[in-house]
Order: sequence, then C-alpha cells, then structure tokens
Amino acid sequence: MTDTLIASILLWAFVIIYSVAASIDFGAGFWSMVYLNHEKTKATNIANRYLSPSWEVTNVFVVLIVVALVTFFPGATYTLGTVLLIPGSIVLLLLLIRSAFMVFSHLVQKYNKLLSVVSGITGILIPALLICVLPITEGGFIARFQGVEQLLLTKLLTSPHVLSYIGLAITSTLFLSSLLLTDYSFVSKEREAFAIYRKDALIVGPVTLLMAVLTLQTMHLEADWLYRRLFAHAPLLLASGVCFFVSYIVLLLPQQRGRVIHLPRISVFFAILQYLLASYAYGAAHLPYIVYPEVTIESGFTHPSTFRALFVSYIVGFAILIPGFIYFWRMFMKDESYLRQKP
Amino acid sequence: MDDILIARSTFGLTMGFHIIFASLGVGLPLMILAAEILYQRTKDKDYELMAKRWTKGQAILLGVAIPSGTIAGVQLSLLWPGFMEIVGKVISLPFQIEIFAFFLEALFMSIYVYAADRLSPFMRIISVFLVLLGATASAVLITNVHAFEGTPTGFRITNGEVTDVDPWAAFFNPSFLVTAGHVTVSAYMTGAFMIATIAAFKMLRAKHLGREYLFHQKALLLGLILGGTFSLLTALNGHESAQYLHRYQPEKLAAAEGLFETQPYAPLAIGGITDPETKEVKYAIEIPWLLSFLAANRFDEVVVGLNDFPEEEWPPLFIHTLFNGMVGIGSLLVLVGFVGFAWKKLLKKETFPRWAMWIFVCGGPLALLGIEFGWVFACTGRQPWVIYHVMKTAEAATHSEGLGLFFILFLLVYLALAVITLLVFYSYFKRHPLRPLDGKEETVK
Ligand code: HDD
Ligand code: HEM
Ligand code: HEM
Repeated sequence: MTDTLIASILLWAFVIIYSVAASIDFGAGFWSMVYLNHEKTKATNIANRYLSPSWEVTNVFVVLIVVALVTFFPGATYTLGTVLLIPGSIVLLLLLIRSAFMVFSHLVQKYNKLLSVVSGITGILIPALLICVLPITEGGFIARFQGVEQLLLTKLLTSPHVLSYIGLAITSTLFLSSLLLTDYSFVSKEREAFAIYRKDALIVGPVTLLMAVLTLQTMHLEADWLYRRLFAHAPLLLASGVCFFVSYIVLLLPQQRGRVIHLPRISVFFAILQYLLASYAYGAAHLPYIVYPEVTIESGFTHPSTFRALFVSYIVGFAILIPGFIYFWRMFMKDESYLRQKP
Repeated sequence: MDDILIARSTFGLTMGFHIIFASLGVGLPLMILAAEILYQRTKDKDYELMAKRWTKGQAILLGVAIPSGTIAGVQLSLLWPGFMEIVGKVISLPFQIEIFAFFLEALFMSIYVYAADRLSPFMRIISVFLVLLGATASAVLITNVHAFEGTPTGFRITNGEVTDVDPWAAFFNPSFLVTAGHVTVSAYMTGAFMIATIAAFKMLRAKHLGREYLFHQKALLLGLILGGTFSLLTALNGHESAQYLHRYQPEKLAAAEGLFETQPYAPLAIGGITDPETKEVKYAIEIPWLLSFLAANRFDEVVVGLNDFPEEEWPPLFIHTLFNGMVGIGSLLVLVGFVGFAWKKLLKKETFPRWAMWIFVCGGPLALLGIEFGWVFACTGRQPWVIYHVMKTAEAATHSEGLGLFFILFLLVYLALAVITLLVFYSYFKRHPLRPLDGKEETVK
C-alpha cells in the first residue's frame, strides 16, 4: 500500500468516526429540545445524560480531522482553506455557541430550557452546513477570479444536489441519534423514553433512505463523474441498503430484555454498518481526488519523512490512549449506576 | 483596512480570547491537584471542598476553552493557508501529538467531573494528574509551533519547494524548550494567582476570622505560595527567553528595547515611547549597561540595534510597551507572592492588612494581562514574518474577501460569551454558597 493510500484511509476513518459520533451528539441535542416540555417522560434527561460526558471527546475529532487533513495533505490546505472560509467560519461560530452553552446548562439549571433550545437548533444547523463540504469537493462550485479560487455561494445554495445532501445530513442525524437513544434508554430501563425514541427512529428511518436515493439522483445530474464511479462499487451500496433493512426490521420486532445481546443494540450495529459501507464506497469512488478536478491525494501529499514520523506518532499515541478510551466507555456506557441514576 | 490587516486582527482576536481560558485551563488543574494531595495528606475537609469547587470552575472554563481552541485551529488553515502548507510539510508533529493530549485531557476531565463520586481517592489524584498532564502538554506542543515560527529549522526551500525535511529537527528547534517552559510556568502562576484573587476577594467580604474567612485564607496561602514560586521561575526563564531573542531574532529584542544603534554597553530603557523619527525612546528611564548584561551576562556584549535592519523589516515599535508591561507584572508578582508568604509564615502574623488584600485581588487579572502582553509581543514582534526570514505574513494570508464581516461576528460572539461566562460563574457560585462546616456540597448531576 502506498503512503498516500494509508493516509487517505486514516483520514477517512476519522471522518467516519466523527460523523457517527457527531450525528448522535447533535441529534441528542435536538431531541432534548423537542422533549423539553414532556416533564413525565425523562426523554430529555436521557438525551442529556448521554450528551454530558461525550461531547468533549467528540469535539476533539473536529480538531483531529482538520489536523490530519493539514498534516497529511498540506497541498489541499490552500484550496480548501480558501473556499471553506465562509461556511467554515459559520460552523465555528455555531460550535462555539453550542459547546459553551452545553457546559453552562449543566452547571446552572435555571437556564436549562433556553440552553437546550440553543443546543437543539445548532444541533440541526451544524450537520447541515458541514455536509456542504462533500458537494464542494465534488466539483463545480469553485471558480477562479484573477488566479484566486473562490466559492460560488449562490450556486451552492441553490443547487438541488446540495439541498438533498442537507436533507440527508439532517435525517441521518435524527435517525442515528434516535436509534442510539432507543438503545440507551433501553439499557437505563426508561420505558417511556424508550417508546418515544423507538417511534422517532421508525418514522425517520424511511425518510433517511428516501433522502439517500434522492441524493444519488441529483449526483447523477450534477456530479456524474462520481455517480459513475460510485456504481463500480454497486455491491457495497447494495450491502449497505440491506443493513438498513436489517436494522429497521430488528427495531420493529417486539422488544424484551433478557437476551444475550438486546435487540436495540443490534439495530444500532447494523445502522452504523450501513453508514460504514456506504461511505467506504463513496470514499473509494472519490479517490484520488480531494477536490475534483484540481487537487488529488498525490498532488497534495506531505513530505515523505514527515509522513513517516506522523505515522509512528499515530501508532504510539493510540496505543497509549486506548486504555483511557476503554476506561471512559466502562464509566459511562456500561456502568449501571451511572445509567440508572436519578435525574 | 486591507484584507491582511483584517485577517491579522481576526486571528489575534481569537487567540487573545482563547488564551484567557487556555492559560487558566492549564493553571487550575495544578491547583486542584495540589488541593487533592493536601486533602489526602492532611485529611482537612476544606481542601476536598476547594478541589470540588475549583473543578466546577474548570468545567465552566473548558466549555469556552475547547470551542475557542477549535476555532483557533481551524482559523489557522482558513486565514493562513500559505503558512499551514509549510506547517503541514515540516512541523506537523506537534499538532498531531497535541491531539492525543486533548484526548487525554477530555477523557479524564469527563471522568473526574462526571464520575467523581465513583472514583477511589487514588484514581481521583491520577485523573486530575492526567488532566494536568494533558493541558500542559497541549500548551507545550502548540508553543512548539510558535517557537518554530521564530527559529525555523529542519527544512530548506529550493525554488519555492520545501525540501530536505527533518521533522524531528523542526520539532526540537532551538527556542522550543525555553519558550515552552516560559508558557507553562506562566500559565501555572496565572492559575495560582487567580485562586488567590478570588480567595482574597471573598475574605474581604467574609466575617473576620469566621469559618468562611479561614477557609479562604488557606486557599489564598496556597495560591500565593505556588504563584510566587512559579512567577520566580517565569522571570528566570523569561530572562533566558530574552537571551534567545538576542541570539536568534535580534531585531525583535532591539524593538522590544527601543535600541537603534548597535553598541556594546547598551542601556536598558524602561517605560517611554519609541519614536522612529528621532530614533530614541522618549520619556524612558535608562539604566546604563544593563541591556548588554541581560542579553549575554556581560557588559561589553554588542547588542544589535534596529538601524542594522531595513526599515520595512522592523517590527511595530509599540511592542516596547508590551514587553515592559509583561516584565513589570512579572517582577511585581514575584514580590507579591513572597511578601505574602513571608508575612504569614516567617513573621507569623495572623492576618493580612486590608490594603495588602486588595493587592492580592489584583494578582490574577494582572497575571492574565501579562500573558496577553507576552503573546501579542511575541507574535506582533515577529512581523513582518510569519516564519522568521522564510515567509512573510502577506504571503501566508488567504485571498478570500469579505473577512470584515466575520471579524465583527467573532468579536460580538466573544464579547457575548465573555459576559455569559461571568454570569454563569456568578450565578453558579451564588446558588451554591460555601458551607464548609458540613463539608457537603451539591454535586452536578
Ligand atoms: C504571566 C505571564 C508572564 C510574565 C509575568 C512574564 N512573561 Fe514573558 N511571556 C509570557 C508570559 C509572561 C507568554 C505569554 O507566555 C509569552 C508569549 C509567547 C511566549 O512564548 O511566552 C512570553 C514571551 C516572552 C518573550 C518572547 C519570546 C519570543 O518572542 O519568542 C520574552 C523575551 C519574555 N517573555 C521575557 C520575560 C521576562 C524577562 C519576564 C520577567 C519577569 C517575563 N517574560 C515575564
Ligand atoms: C494564545 C496566545 C496567542 C496570542 C494572544 C497571539 C496573538 C497574535 C496576534 C495579536 C497576532 C497578529 C500579529 C500582527 O499581525 O500584529 C498573531 C498572529 C499570528 N500568530 Fe499568534 N498569538 C498567540 C499564540 C500563537 C501560537 C501558539 C501560534 C503558533 C501556532 C501562533 C501563530 C500565529 C500566526 C501563524 C499568526 C499569523 C501570522 C502573523 O501575523 O504573523 N500564535 N498572533
Ligand atoms: C495557534 C495557537 C493555538 C491553537 C491552534 C490552539 C488549538 C486548540 C484547540 C483545537 C483546542 C481544543 C481541544 C479540544 O477540542 O479538546 C484547544 C484547547 C486548549 N488550548 Fe489551545 N490552541 C492554541 C494556543 C494555545 C496556547 C498558547 C495554550 C497554552 C497556554 C493553549 C492551551 C490550551 C488548553 C489548556 C486547552 C484546553 C482544552 C484541552 O486541552 O482539551 N492553547 N486549543
């Protein structure tokens, strides 16, 4: 395997981990806003209990992705940095507001409601903006004026392809998060919250699928090069679709406790697998382009000796950190006393 | 305003905002660790309570430190794409390793805050220690990039291409250790003095020698002792930093001191305003020979003046004032820390006089001001270079237009957040007043 390919795969892996973790995070914020006034059901509490320890760790992935991109592909920084200035700055402002308010709302209960609304709204806006990076890298939205690259904002905001991506981002966020919260409230034995989130997942699921199909159609119209390459990976796409149905059907089954692995966990697993497969196909089709058609992974790659040093530091770093992650997981995802605590 | 000036202002604004929360985020864990250890050793419940309350403070600060730091990181690429291209090829290791430091801090901070009641005393100390380690490491590593900008090593530029890259040589660039040391100890001293500030302020309000008064007095002493110690280290290490400037960035030192003529037995100018027309520092107190001595520990050392450099490569001359401000604050706080300590421990006085308490109240904000002065001095003093004698700031800047709007937006959001943070501090600690007698405190849910 070439160095550039290793770097691409690592970067791809970070993006996927972040997209899944962040979807759940942002979605949880949204649900905690939606169920704010259901005092009885504890749905908001469940969402918040999941959110409090996790958002900080999730946020590090934003930084990780930017750093991995800049360090592996500095040649892409110039183009991406220039064209993403406006959408990027807006995302940054929203992230700043959201994260700050998240922490505050846990410390000062008086403002809980207002703060939940902030985190709910930004929880929808941020994924919608972030996803725009994909169509931008697919080409057609960058023009050169006097040798300087610029983003065609109006074209971006009126493109059906971009709009369907935005729809896909929002529905996936809601689907994944409601699914995970179904599982989480199941483990916490919160029956009502469980029923609510399960219902939400069942409603949003098919809409998500619809948006995915729609996005493929608009891609056919606006980024045909990618569409054609994507179908070279048709089996993967198909498998991804199958995973969705497995996940959905498992969720429909009657849910009881007491099996070795409970059903909502299986649903979550297949839903995530579905995203992994689909985005692997997407990533593979997108290569070697980072920004079509100007920047490729070869043209943007870092200096080879820097890459080797980076690679070593990744291995050493993760080897040291993995026990920390496991400890964290055991503290918050498995520890019964944390999950069942009274609000 | 031209676009580059807006970009510089936007970035400086972000950093100036981030550094407040970041420095306290490095300094506070040290205080929490000290309190935890003191509690385990003395079994004095007051220290346990201190650790708890400071942790709440740390959690609030982190809520702003992390997103503003994320902004700093992303803005580097958005505003200075040319710079980041070289960074990516040459000095990407510290950025990379810093991620692990962030993870370390984020993981154990969550564990320490949200799972405190389920941790053994030993694991609590370990967790805070790892938070401290993570925070310090992130400061050291990002400073590494800053040090590289001043003393770039480990690569060559031939025909506009970066070649012969040695990432570890870049990492261990000459000024790395001194600069990172300075940033670390100055953050520790700031955290400690901030604690002293709050404690002194509360003591002024509390009943004289009451239970609450004594509680805060313990915190005050801890803050003064650690703050004094670390400000001494900051000053010693700052002296070393200045000697590095003399060796590696002479025009920065010359501008910091307002020195125009290259000369041996150079005088040190304190205060005053540098006037580029008459080439002198107006209204300054001059101490003969001292600058030469500071620069190299000998009076006949030749210190290079600004006249030896083309005027378009001079740093802005107002950095003289920033440098003076930083050094002044440093010297003052060394004094404050030790006089406070001596008054209580050596002279065995029971309480401090009121006027002294007001000086302690000023300590924390002054230290923060020192940090702001220091950074703006270091970054602005590097102008017009973004990488010293390799790349000009103008070459690094983005070509996008319309930055002005974002400058204003960021300014507004930072202002709003600063106000909200203060309100949250106020309302949280107001609703959770100190109850040292029963030692019980509501925990966050
Ligand atoms: C509480 C904060 C504080 C205090 C009291 C001091 N410093 Fe400082 N100084 C910093 C906080 C700081 C800083 C914010 O951390 C800087 C900015 C960039 C850096 O590397 O550290 C800095 C930079 C900095 C530099 C520039 C390094 C460069 O440009 O690369 C020098 C020469 C000094 N300091 C020297 C001193 C001296 C002689 C002090 C005497 C007491 C002193 N500092 C006190
Ligand atoms: C956190 C404290 C910091 C503050 C308050 C600060 C302040 C500033 C200011 C005021 C400027 C604008 C300078 C001018 O144009 O006059 C600037 C520029 C800059 N700083 Fe810093 N800085 C900080 C830390 C850092 C660090 C750690 C790095 C290294 C990664 C860094 C890298 C830069 C770069 C790349 C620029 C832009 C190019 C330039 O103007 O030279 N800064 N900073
Ligand atoms: C150009 C300069 C800087 C950049 C790009 C930067 C970047 C960042 C980023 C991305 C974060 C968020 C980490 C997370 O998501 O957890 C952060 C947080 C933090 N930064 Fe900065 N930073 C800069 C300057 C500094 C300086 C000079 C210091 C030290 C005095 C510092 C100390 C911290 C600390 C203590 C945190 C707290 C959060 C954590 O470690 O997780 N930063 N910074």
